[in-house]
Amino acid sequence: MFGFIGSRLLQAIPVLMVVGFIAFALFAFVGDPVSILLGQDHTEAQRIALVHQLGLDQPFYVQYVKFLWTCLHGDFGVSYRLAQPVGSLLAERLPATLELAITASVLAFAIGVPMGVYTGIHRDSLLSRVFMVGSLMGVSLPTFLLGILLILCFSVALGWLPSFGRGPVVHVGSWWTTGFTSWAGIRALILPGITLGLFQMTLIMRLVRAEMLEVLRTDYIKFARARGLTNRSINFGHALKNTLVPVITIIGLQFGGIVGFSLVTETVFQWPGMGLLLVQSVAVADIPVMSAYLLLIALVFLLINLIVDLLYYAVDPRLRIGR
Amino acid sequence: MPLLEVDNLTVEFPTRRGILKALDRVSFTIDKGEILGVVGESGAGKSLTGAAIVGLLERPGRIASGQIRLDGSRIDNLAPEPLRRIRGRRIGTIFQDPLTTLNPLYTIGRQLVETMQTHARLSDSEARRKAIGWLERVGIPAAAQRIDAYPHEFSGGQRQRVVIALALCAEPALVIADEPTTALDVSIQAQIITLLKDLTRDHGTSVMLVTHDMGVIAETADRVAVMYAGRIAEIGPVADVVRRPAHPYTDGLMASIPSLEHRVDRLRQIDGAMPRLDAMPDGCRFHPRCPRAFARCTEQQPELMAAGATQAACWLHAVS
Ligand SMILES: Nc1ncnc2c1ncn2[C@@H]1O[C@H](COP(=O)(O)OP(=O)(O)OP(=O)(O)O)[C@@H](O)[C@H]1O
Ligand code: SF4
Ligand SMILES: [Mg+2]
Repeated sequence: MFGFIGSRLLQAIPVLMVVGFIAFALFAFVGDPVSILLGQDHTEAQRIALVHQLGLDQPFYVQYVKFLWTCLHGDFGVSYRLAQPVGSLLAERLPATLELAITASVLAFAIGVPMGVYTGIHRDSLLSRVFMVGSLMGVSLPTFLLGILLILCFSVALGWLPSFGRGPVVHVGSWWTTGFTSWAGIRALILPGITLGLFQMTLIMRLVRAEMLEVLRTDYIKFARARGLTNRSINFGHALKNTLVPVITIIGLQFGGIVGFSLVTETVFQWPGMGLLLVQSVAVADIPVMSAYLLLIALVFLLINLIVDLLYYAVDPRLRIGR
Repeated sequence: MPLLEVDNLTVEFPTRRGILKALDRVSFTIDKGEILGVVGESGAGKSLTGAAIVGLLERPGRIASGQIRLDGSRIDNLAPEPLRRIRGRRIGTIFQDPLTTLNPLYTIGRQLVETMQTHARLSDSEARRKAIGWLERVGIPAAAQRIDAYPHEFSGGQRQRVVIALALCAEPALVIADEPTTALDVSIQAQIITLLKDLTRDHGTSVMLVTHDMGVIAETADRVAVMYAGRIAEIGPVADVVRRPAHPYTDGLMASIPSLEHRVDRLRQIDGAMPRLDAMPDGCRFHPRCPRAFARCTEQQPELMAAGATQAACWLHAVS
């Protein structure tokens, strides 16, 4: 078990090195930090002094190792735009994005799985058809359009839910902030949560449905029926569990995608998360923020992969090699 | 009264190009404690007959007419819930391929316990104790330890033993075993058949044993039904059907068995092929392949009629 986690962590190192190199390359070769930091008026002597101070006159592999080293210490440089350390900027934004992503994923899972099971079992019922047509729309509706439609409907016309921002947040621990503790904070999560989660929900529903149809045809399900097990036990105990491995994979990857690419939703709802920060940083070529963001997302994906592997391990005894 | 009575069972598959009659007025009975062997070429309708009895025909297949009675009461027209309670509890089923019939994600103990608790009020510890007992009875060594193992930790033969335990654990009166040894290694086929025979004899369980192995039928079954193209061609005591087949099709099947000591694993190929469901010949369904066909055979369909010690659907035995 611990050996398994350990080997996974070892495998993660080369991935992080490569992503780190890309982040470093962004740093080193895109834009010119010296002229950005010095502004228009400077002497050649000042420039050389700064280049030396930043270590830009050293060979690039030395710079790369130094870059990795500082990253390892949580130092991702200073944002050109906001003149603040990038690490604390991201840490400030991370809770907002994670809470939004978790809300979206929980919504998608809690609604998508039962809908998938239902449409898998009652293939030809009217409700199943409604779900299937609805899910097609869910898949094809662009996120920004969905967000704007939801705002028009529930914020502008009905006035039920806020159209932007995170609402009031409460500090938990040294740097985490949460919106879950107040009703206003939860209300603020609803529309962006739906916007971000709808695509994922339809995807989960279709995947669970397809897997259910597949599993319900297997011999062990036929044998379970032949033994007189109840429909409930067959559908939810035997069939659903066998659909879980692919579903876990997709949910994991999607969660990574949601964290990494929540920028559209965050922009539409002016959500103070990392996605919004990235959009603002890209606009002014704020390289330190961009490269740190890249590293952070790689880390998120690696963590999710590890969790997904552990879940496989928990679900499928055939993967528990040895003992 | 027989335990199981199948009376003019007809199973149809509605398709776009019309209704396919996969079983046509199939009738037979199985007595308490009796083993009925069922043989016939691939596609003859053996599995379909078993599926119809336990109410597990796959859509769009349906019982179009006929009756199935268990202990005198009809089970072919039951609602889903009472029918479910019959499956496992009154009629057990053993499938062909033990590698695919066990749920890979649950321990065999869990699958046994769940099956028993579905059909009887049993505490967890009682059910577990009984499950260990069943594993011992089907010959799993160190059953008390192996009960918590997953299916993939067993060999094919052991898995079929577990499948047999699962089919018998709610103590059904009838077991339908659909080619229980076809997927197994030849060396363990006989063990599994012996196990099945011993266990069902001990519990007075009746068996419908579908197989391609005439040797197994001869050694195991009391009576045998020969199916051809969705109908029963001949049915009777094993010794008579094997030694003095009354139906030309049975004759063709038996001709290849030199003696009962020498097994023939596959039924001998008779010239020609069984007709497809959508191109059934008029009259006797076997007439295009029958060496003894005569005029009447192409016009009128024969029903089962007395033919010596057996019954055969063949005009040769008509008392004019
Ligand atoms: N879903 C279906 N639609 C149409 N026809 C079907 C369907 N299922 C089975 N049949 C037909 O029913 C007939 C009997 O099939 P069955 O599986 O009972 O054969 P079998 O005697 O068990 O053969 P085998 O020895 O290969 O197992 C076959 O001709 C088959 O084509
Ligand atoms: S009825 Fe005629 S065709 Fe059919 S088996 Fe008998 S002899 Fe052959
Ligand atoms: Mg079959």
